[in-house]
Amino acid sequence: MPLTGSGGRGAKPATIMASITLHRRLSAALWRRPSLALTATLVPPLAWFVLIYLGALVLLFITAFWSVDALTGEIDRTWTFENFSRILGSPTYRAIALRTIGMAAAVTITDALIAYPFAFFMARIAGPKLRVTLLTLVLLPLWSSYLARVYAWRLILAHDGVLNWALNSIGLPDLDIGYSRWAMWIVFSYIWLPFMITPLYTALERIPHSLFEASEDLGARSWRTFGRVVLPLSLPGLVAGSIFTFSLTLGDYITPVLVGGPGSDFIGNVVYANVGIANNVPFAAAYAAIPLIVMALYLTLARRLGASDAM
Amino acid sequence: MIRKFARFGTVALSLASLTTAGWGAPAEPNYPKEIGKGEGALNIVAWEGYAQDDWVKPFEAETGCQVNKKYAGSSDEMVALMRSGGGGEYDLVSASGDASLRLIYGGDVQPIETSFIPDFPNFVEDLKAPPHNTLKGVHYGVSYEWGPNVLLWNTAKVKGTPTSWSALYDPQYKGLVSVPDNPIQIADAALYLSKSKPELGITDPYELTPAQLDAAAELLKGQQKLIKKYWALASDQIELFKNGDAAIGASWPYMTNSLKDAGLPVADAVPSEGATGWADSWMLATKTKHPNCAYKFMAYVSTPKVQAQQAIYFGETPVNTKACTEMDAQQAGSCAKYHLDAPANYLKSIKFWKTPMQQCGDGSRGCTSYTDWQQKWQEIKG
Repeated sequence: MPLTGSGGRGAKPATIMASITLHRRLSAALWRRPSLALTATLVPPLAWFVLIYLGALVLLFITAFWSVDALTGEIDRTWTFENFSRILGSPTYRAIALRTIGMAAAVTITDALIAYPFAFFMARIAGPKLRVTLLTLVLLPLWSSYLARVYAWRLILAHDGVLNWALNSIGLPDLDIGYSRWAMWIVFSYIWLPFMITPLYTALERIPHSLFEASEDLGARSWRTFGRVVLPLSLPGLVAGSIFTFSLTLGDYITPVLVGGPGSDFIGNVVYANVGIANNVPFAAAYAAIPLIVMALYLTLARRLGASDAM
Repeated sequence: MIRKFARFGTVALSLASLTTAGWGAPAEPNYPKEIGKGEGALNIVAWEGYAQDDWVKPFEAETGCQVNKKYAGSSDEMVALMRSGGGGEYDLVSASGDASLRLIYGGDVQPIETSFIPDFPNFVEDLKAPPHNTLKGVHYGVSYEWGPNVLLWNTAKVKGTPTSWSALYDPQYKGLVSVPDNPIQIADAALYLSKSKPELGITDPYELTPAQLDAAAELLKGQQKLIKKYWALASDQIELFKNGDAAIGASWPYMTNSLKDAGLPVADAVPSEGATGWADSWMLATKTKHPNCAYKFMAYVSTPKVQAQQAIYFGETPVNTKACTEMDAQQAGSCAKYHLDAPANYLKSIKFWKTPMQQCGDGSRGCTSYTDWQQKWQEIKG
């Protein structure tokens, strides 16, 4: 087809020809060398990952070994373990780290216990229509703001809130759990539940029906089938879900501020206070290294249990 | 995951700004010879409620200076914002006394020629050159409004009328106490100790030796067991009182007004030991790009009318003594309600927030710094 004449929005035909030739040459080159195409596709996201994400992490680690001059507030760039020894030596900072990790573990176990029967029902018992409805209901809270949901819980658990009103109306005494660690445990367990249900559902749905039949044919009762067939096959999903609930709780600092009481600070709150209030970035960096180390250990363990298959 | 990511992002950003965040020395005077035509824009950092359209719109119409406002939630955020981008991103800040010295010693704000503020001679004497915005006779800020931190209680739940801060350390209110989540709260404990334990020798609640700081922290650790919640925002405490979670606490008159408007039986008082309080100043960035508009704004908000509007809106006291008639004209009885007509000893009974520093008032270096206070506060909260 001759490409002369009209030339679009007043552009000269020669320019169009040139750009088309260039275009053809480029696609020909990419066709001849597939590795070139692959490089062009991968470089931008990889550069982003290495520069922005890993770069920030490396800077974080390096800063953790610096200190702040108490008089001038300037960063002293000599290497020191002072930040780490202060964290390990102080009962307050140890307690906060243990509280954060303990809460993350408690929330993960709670969510696993609630999510398993639910996901099992969704994946193996419910019909297609009910399954879609349930899945929508599980994911529905994620469409609303995290803050709105935490504030809602604050109103429920308050002294004159919905919970105590309901307890009083059936003749029970007040439950004084607003602004406490119990409140944090309830709110975290609620907020991260969809992140446990979804991978569990995926894992349970994947188990072929024939395996259930085979187990029955061999004389296993339902509990034995569950223990020997379903649980081991769904374990990767369970571990994948636990990575979400554990890491999300570990990194949170908003829920402790909103529904926690006295003695509810998390690692994130200390980091926030040290960057914002005290301007002690090195100490914040050292403290932020704790969840990183904990998660690195957790992920190594999870990999061994096969969680990467279920993600 | 997104928030976790965001947290690393914040840290990375802070790291990027490290090179510019260090403390310098107070800026040298660099007064303009005269206030010329406005530059057409003004960027301010302010407390929420400090730049309402009621008085900012007329200013924009009058001067042609378009006001771009950035609200900050804490003194620490204000300091960070004024230092962002190497300074000069914002022209003015409504700094409280616990931020002002940090900004002055950081070289972030410049001296101000008060002759360009026509209402300056009408300011209440104690706030013309207070130590939190004036160093050796050089003004680094124009005082704006002030108020006390008060003892607030629910009259239906607290028997009698508390007259001492000791109520906040009284085990009978276990689980009903609410105080600010702020290291400067240590000064409240120090103020109480200065009267209840004179043997500690506390003369200024913001200048504490390590031993005095430990004594205050000890008192506050006992209080921690009585606390329902450390509040971060004014609205937090209002909610705590409304929902029956808290019945007594350290507060601002703003909360008393809001709760009374909502029909709650509350009362507040400045207890016998006196009170801590805030005194805010407008401060001008060293690297300001709009000095004319900034001076025009400082002059404008010092006029009796704007001072009265601000005071009634927020529930605080103007520094301009001429604002009394304006206040009563805008809201009958408000001049007395916000203590503008109170004798000078009312103002003197308030220990205004200032930044704790290693250097004590007498020049010796035996005091504890804000960093020490922040660490102690973390220990207290647990």
